[in-house]
Amino acid sequence: MSEPIDLAIIGAGPAGMAAAALAAGHGLDVVVYDENQAPGGQIYRGFEAVAADRAADLDFLGDSYRAGLAIAHAFRASRARYQPSTSVWLIQKDRTIGISHAGRARMVEARRILIATGAMERPVPIPGWTLPGVMTVGAAQTALKAAGLVPRGPVVLGGKGPLLYQLAAQYLGAGVTIAAILETGARPLAALPHLVQAWWRTDYLEKGLALLRQIKNAGVTIIKNVSGLRAIGDGKLDAVEYRCGGTVQRIAAPLLLLHEGVIANVQLTMAIPAAHRWDEAQRCWHPVVDEYGDTDLEGIAVAGDGAGIGGAEAAASMGRLAALAAVHALGKISDGEFREIGYDLQRERRRYLAGRPFLDALYPPPAVAAALADDTLVCRCEEVSAGEIRRAVALGCTGPNQTKSFTRAGMGPCQGRMCGLTVAEVIADRLDRPMAEVGYYRIRPPIKPLTVGELAGLE
Amino acid sequence: MFRRLHKDSETLTITIDDVAMTLPAGSTVAAALLASGNMVCRKTPVSGADRAPYCLMGVCFDCLVEINGEPNQQACMVVVRPGMAVKRMPRPAPVAP
Ligand SMILES: Cc1cc2nc3c(=O)[nH]c(=O)nc-3n(C[C@H](O)[C@H](O)[C@H](O)COP(=O)(O)OP(=O)(O)OC[C@H]3O[C@@H](n4cnc5c(N)ncnc54)[C@H](O)[C@@H]3O)c2cc1C
Ligand code: FES
Repeated sequence: MSEPIDLAIIGAGPAGMAAAALAAGHGLDVVVYDENQAPGGQIYRGFEAVAADRAADLDFLGDSYRAGLAIAHAFRASRARYQPSTSVWLIQKDRTIGISHAGRARMVEARRILIATGAMERPVPIPGWTLPGVMTVGAAQTALKAAGLVPRGPVVLGGKGPLLYQLAAQYLGAGVTIAAILETGARPLAALPHLVQAWWRTDYLEKGLALLRQIKNAGVTIIKNVSGLRAIGDGKLDAVEYRCGGTVQRIAAPLLLLHEGVIANVQLTMAIPAAHRWDEAQRCWHPVVDEYGDTDLEGIAVAGDGAGIGGAEAAASMGRLAALAAVHALGKISDGEFREIGYDLQRERRRYLAGRPFLDALYPPPAVAAALADDTLVCRCEEVSAGEIRRAVALGCTGPNQTKSFTRAGMGPCQGRMCGLTVAEVIADRLDRPMAEVGYYRIRPPIKPLTVGELAGLE
Repeated sequence: MFRRLHKDSETLTITIDDVAMTLPAGSTVAAALLASGNMVCRKTPVSGADRAPYCLMGVCFDCLVEINGEPNQQACMVVVRPGMAVKRMPRPAPVAP
């Protein structure tokens, strides 16, 4: 192995890009790994291709997308080395990193590691969610940003959250027909108490309201307080069924896009493992980090939505804070400079986070377990139903690792990313125990499958 | 199922189940499937049901296909190259540990 890298960053979203630019600017040798083929992360995905070939799309991709171009360009202009199409499948406590690129795996070492792997959409099973024709809102948005792809036919959007409305507005701008938005229980009243704090972010509230107005003015059918969402079809989606006001309705559609908010993607941090805690408000697991993103493991930090959902701007602030801590730890700035710059960055980050409690309360995580019918699949890979998990609990299983060996839920290629929270919710519900006690799957590396050739090449 | 908003300047050709398809450089294999008119990428090993890409961001692993003879590749993470041979997977080979 060659000389250790000063700072290895995993993820080229806003957190990773902002961190890389700051750290490289202070003279650190920085390498950024990202499994995507281009920088941007989830929010600014495809920004270079859009700017170069599809600039007209910027009109409907929106202001927040455009706002990211500054961070992205600063990253490209920096001395940080960027390694796209490179997935990280292992991090060890001694800061050895396993990477894989173009069918070859190898190990590198770093003095400091910043994990900026972001979020994923909360997987919330409904009957029929494995049918071709059912995808996530984020997937549809990815297809739009990265490849300029939009659905041919009418589309139904189901669920809730800022991203869902953002996609609806982007689709309207791109000329896509939205058959209906089926909103699953937003809670404006519960969110009201958080409005005062959120007022720090009037820009953001105004943007949200403008988005909703745009969608309403376009005449899109929005049905509120929907439950019992169901994807119907034989081999592919034909229709979407839902319950509203006591009656069951059906809409014919070839494409259903689901969204129930985003959760931290903890696969990599859990695999090390770093310490994690259950976050009751966001109803998911988060790595335990301090205000500079440092975990319980020496020299390993987490920034951005992977440390807890805060949105793109907060992610960039936190990326800079973590980078600053690395710059300081490696002796490139004085204690005084560290405190001074850190103070400003902390203030900036707190301001960006001000709207978050409001959003968390307005779009609360759904009560997953209660709504799950026994025959609904929770594990997509091994096709295990909620009923099978419940039966395993009746037989004495008290945690996801036990139901895993009983039912195979969580044993498939996604390594439990799609079923982990749901399985735990079902167990917690059955045993009437808190999620923190029920726990989560033990995640083991490699967190991305390696081919036989890659494994052989490692020796 | 999906259509492109733009005509593309730079294109290349791959095959999906031996059928040639021309698409923009920089597309992922999953994007190629979505635009191909048949987004199914494999059958599940348990019930044999059809699956299509679901998350397009590398977390669901539903989009596994065979690429140039190598099975179980994440279609949403692989960028197309000229002459690439993509095959839907009727019977997925076991995944490496
Ligand atoms: C599908 C999706 C779409 C979203 N769209 C928007 C939006 O339009 N607007 C908005 O405000 N917010 C959006 N969000 C919320 C989003 O989480 C934040 O706004 C912001 O992108 C978070 O930035 P980040 O830097 O923390 O992580 P991200 O932007 O998520 O970046 C993480 C990066 O890490 C890489 N990565 C992850 N794991 C590995 C690994 N093992 N090896 C190598 N690389 C890895 C990923 O490829 C990704 O590029 C979206 C979230 C999701 C999940
Ligand atoms: S579509 Fe989910 S991993 Fe590729």
